[in-house]
Amino acid sequence: MLVTVQDLWKSYPGQPPERAVLRGAQLSLAEGEAVALTGESGSGKSTLLHLIGGLDGFDRGEITVAGQALSALDEPGRAALRRGPVAIVFQQFNLVPSMTVEQNLALHARLAGREDRSWIKALTARLGLEGLGGRYPEELSGGQQQRVAAGRALAVRPALLLADEPTGNLDETASAAVMSLMLGLARETGTAVLLATHSETIAAGLDRRLHLSGGQLA
Amino acid sequence: MRRAALLALLSHWRRRPLQFLLLVTGLALATALWTAVQALNSEARSAYARASAQTRPLELPQITAEAGYIPIEAYARLAREGWRLSPVIEGRWRSPAGTVQLLGIDPLTHPPLAAAAERQEGQDRLPGLLSERGLLVAPPGLAAALSSAPMGPEIAVSAELPPGTVLTDIATADRLLNRNGALSRLVVLPGQPDTLPALRRIWPGLALNAAGSSTGPEALTASFHLNLTAFGLLSFAVGLFIVHGTVSLAAEQRRGLFRTLRAMGLPQRSLSALLLGELLVMALAGGGTGILLGYLTAQVLLPGVSATLAGLFSAPAGNSLSLRADWILAGLGMALGGTLLAGSQALWQVWRLPVLAAPGALAWARASAGSARRLAAAGLAAALAGAAALLPGGLAGGFAFLGGLLLGTALCLPLALHLATRLAARRAHSPLAQWFWADLRAQLPGLSLALMALLLSLATSIGVSTMAGSFRLTFTAWLDQRLAADLYITARNDAQAQEIRLWLEQRGAAVLPIRSTESPFRGAPLEIYGVADHQNYRENWPVLTAAQDAWDRVAAGQGVLISEQFARRHSLTTGKMLSPLPETSYRIEGIYSDYGNPKGQIILGITELDRLFPALPATRVAVYASAATPQPLDGALREAFSLPGSAMIRQSGLKERALAVFDRTFLITRALSLLTLAVAGFAILTSLLGQWDRRLPQLAPLWALGVSRGKLARLDLLRSLALTSLTSLLALPLGLALAWVLLKVINPEAFGWSLPMHMFPKGWMQLFILAHLAAALAAAIPAIRLFRLPASHLLGVFAHEN
Repeated sequence: MLVTVQDLWKSYPGQPPERAVLRGAQLSLAEGEAVALTGESGSGKSTLLHLIGGLDGFDRGEITVAGQALSALDEPGRAALRRGPVAIVFQQFNLVPSMTVEQNLALHARLAGREDRSWIKALTARLGLEGLGGRYPEELSGGQQQRVAAGRALAVRPALLLADEPTGNLDETASAAVMSLMLGLARETGTAVLLATHSETIAAGLDRRLHLSGGQLA
Repeated sequence: MRRAALLALLSHWRRRPLQFLLLVTGLALATALWTAVQALNSEARSAYARASAQTRPLELPQITAEAGYIPIEAYARLAREGWRLSPVIEGRWRSPAGTVQLLGIDPLTHPPLAAAAERQEGQDRLPGLLSERGLLVAPPGLAAALSSAPMGPEIAVSAELPPGTVLTDIATADRLLNRNGALSRLVVLPGQPDTLPALRRIWPGLALNAAGSSTGPEALTASFHLNLTAFGLLSFAVGLFIVHGTVSLAAEQRRGLFRTLRAMGLPQRSLSALLLGELLVMALAGGGTGILLGYLTAQVLLPGVSATLAGLFSAPAGNSLSLRADWILAGLGMALGGTLLAGSQALWQVWRLPVLAAPGALAWARASAGSARRLAAAGLAAALAGAAALLPGGLAGGFAFLGGLLLGTALCLPLALHLATRLAARRAHSPLAQWFWADLRAQLPGLSLALMALLLSLATSIGVSTMAGSFRLTFTAWLDQRLAADLYITARNDAQAQEIRLWLEQRGAAVLPIRSTESPFRGAPLEIYGVADHQNYRENWPVLTAAQDAWDRVAAGQGVLISEQFARRHSLTTGKMLSPLPETSYRIEGIYSDYGNPKGQIILGITELDRLFPALPATRVAVYASAATPQPLDGALREAFSLPGSAMIRQSGLKERALAVFDRTFLITRALSLLTLAVAGFAILTSLLGQWDRRLPQLAPLWALGVSRGKLARLDLLRSLALTSLTSLLALPLGLALAWVLLKVINPEAFGWSLPMHMFPKGWMQLFILAHLAAALAAAIPAIRLFRLPASHLLGVFAHEN
């Protein structure tokens, strides 16, 4: 298994254990598998993605990503995980406003020390970003910005792509286009996807769906 | 990994070159003024050291007498007891070329001096130094002036001697200074016998001073250099406000980038290290530029400082600036340390930055606003700590109090402005006025640092100008009292002086002799003046406190009048007894003000002075004209006695000269305070431009509601002016408090005189107008930008809202 989550508990400061966001959540994700994570707002979808991505610590339980137990990793170790098998796409795009599209696309791969120019060039073409390489994020539409964000994550050829409502800011047409491109590329590269979404349509298009409710996955 | 992260971090500056320029310029300005002051101090100290090295073997201990002079008998007895010593006579000598420092040594026993050594090389002039006629060795310009006035001793040139110094043998010095064998000090030579009788047992009242101790220009000018350093430090602190503002702003703007980098696997430690490295590189760039600017500033200021040091302290100072490792390294050190200090808060926030926290510029602003009360509490603590430092007294305590007061008030400024704007908002009626005050309050956190810098610079300018203005008024009145004679004459010799006196008295003028000498007193030079018993002195002399019949007792040779700084330095008061010379004792009859003189001064009756120093030249006289005296008096005298123009000085000319020296003294202080104000204006510009990105989302909704861009731009301009006005209101009492401390604490401690405080409302108004102009200028750039902003940009605010 690429990812296993066992009896995961997470609460925020001031939150009693019985009202914790995650209360013994269990999950397993195979390599190349695309899984939709659904649930109401505030149910803990983003929290779960952040914990798997090593962005935050958990109270109890264990997460294993690509054979590495996250509880055994310190902050630099978890950071290394994000330069290795894991990449994340956020709803807010999180592009670097002072860098061009081309630079943004290459940023994660450069940080990871795995820049493959031909792959990035291919990604640029596949994502329909040709001719926009010299532009800055503020000069792009929302759909274009999210395509850059997806391309940046896929440029490192991650084993696992964590996507937190990546099209939440886009209209239906743009959303469908971005999702199609992102999932298509992930499938081609064998990247597993765990995607938090509210959209039934998007969830239906993935291999499997997990619903998060009452701090547990079903 | 680090390279990619660094490029991402640096891309921020590439997209915001103006912000980068502001940061580096802030650092450069902060370093420049500090470096300029340090370069000036370093140059002056180097000149003192050169002078000392050439005229004083500082590596050897010296013997001095508590009473001032060492009797020749004491020297003889010490020598008989086995002490190996070399006697020295030194003092101020009124030469035909003006007053100079005369140094008389025993060429056979005195350790080698650079100046004397130069004379020995090749020319073998040392025997001449010992000849009956004597040899005066002087620096080139002075030697030429001395040569043009024929005297007894031969004149020789030595480029090694500092300006205004003449080297000669001890016998010639004794004769020219009328010392009658009274020695100034004894140099303790190397190779003393193992067992020597104690100094005090041989001759009470003598003291052995360790090698390196000096009463030279270093000691006299220490307070002047301390003042300069304090100013440099203040300018540096004001510059650091800019750095702090821009670094914090950049950290805030890049908060999203930091999170993205962390989310992409950049460890927190690496991010902090990269930011620290970036900060240090900027510190080096800004510091390097600042050092260069400081060097240029110091070059511009150097002639003024040299003139001040020479005019006020008779201290040598170079006229060319050298690049010295001490101030260059100190400048870089200050730039690095200051940048780290200014950036520490931002770095700490990055270190503590939770990778998942929601981005929000307003949260930062809210946190800053919430800290206004904490800042004010810290300010109060700083002011109290400063006040506590004042209790033990001393110059350092005075400056610590000033520092505490300035820092404390600056820290209270955000809260004061917050309360003032809240009060104004309550009184506002129109919706736009209510928005204006609410918006102004919301902008305070972002602007408070720049406003603190403005407060400090305004208060300093008020304080310094009030101090200088009060001093000038007092000094002018004092000059009127002190220089009451119509004409001051220096005759060629005593006989001519007598002829002039008779000639003038026949024409109804009162002619009073001016005779003085100098003697060491407890290791410092003391000027001793003799005055005739005359109504002019009784009526005009600027006496601060005096016993009854003081002038009668001075005229009778029983009492002395002493200068304020001499009294303060030695804790002397009217009624106490004083022994200025061996075997003399006088009651202190009064204390008078003697501004601008770093040396102690006392006044004896002229008869008493003549008794103590019978051979003093009587060539100088002060002339009080009457209705019967021919006018112009100097013209008539020139005709009758063929006196050169330089031998006669009109009262008005002397006053002009004294005031010119006075004004020059404060020239550099004024220049520094204006430069500090310019730095503060720049800090406001930095903050306003830095706020630009945040302003649009705040202004766009108002524009959408029907307020034109022109009106918004005018309101933005008004905002800066309103904040400057509020800051100026607080700066006035702070500046006056600063002036009070300068006049009543720093001046008495540094110079020995206390001054009354005068108010200069016109000057304050000029300063406030200047500050408002600077603020308007700083606000004009973003206001014009707003006025010209295309509507699409304002619409973009709504388009990008998520």
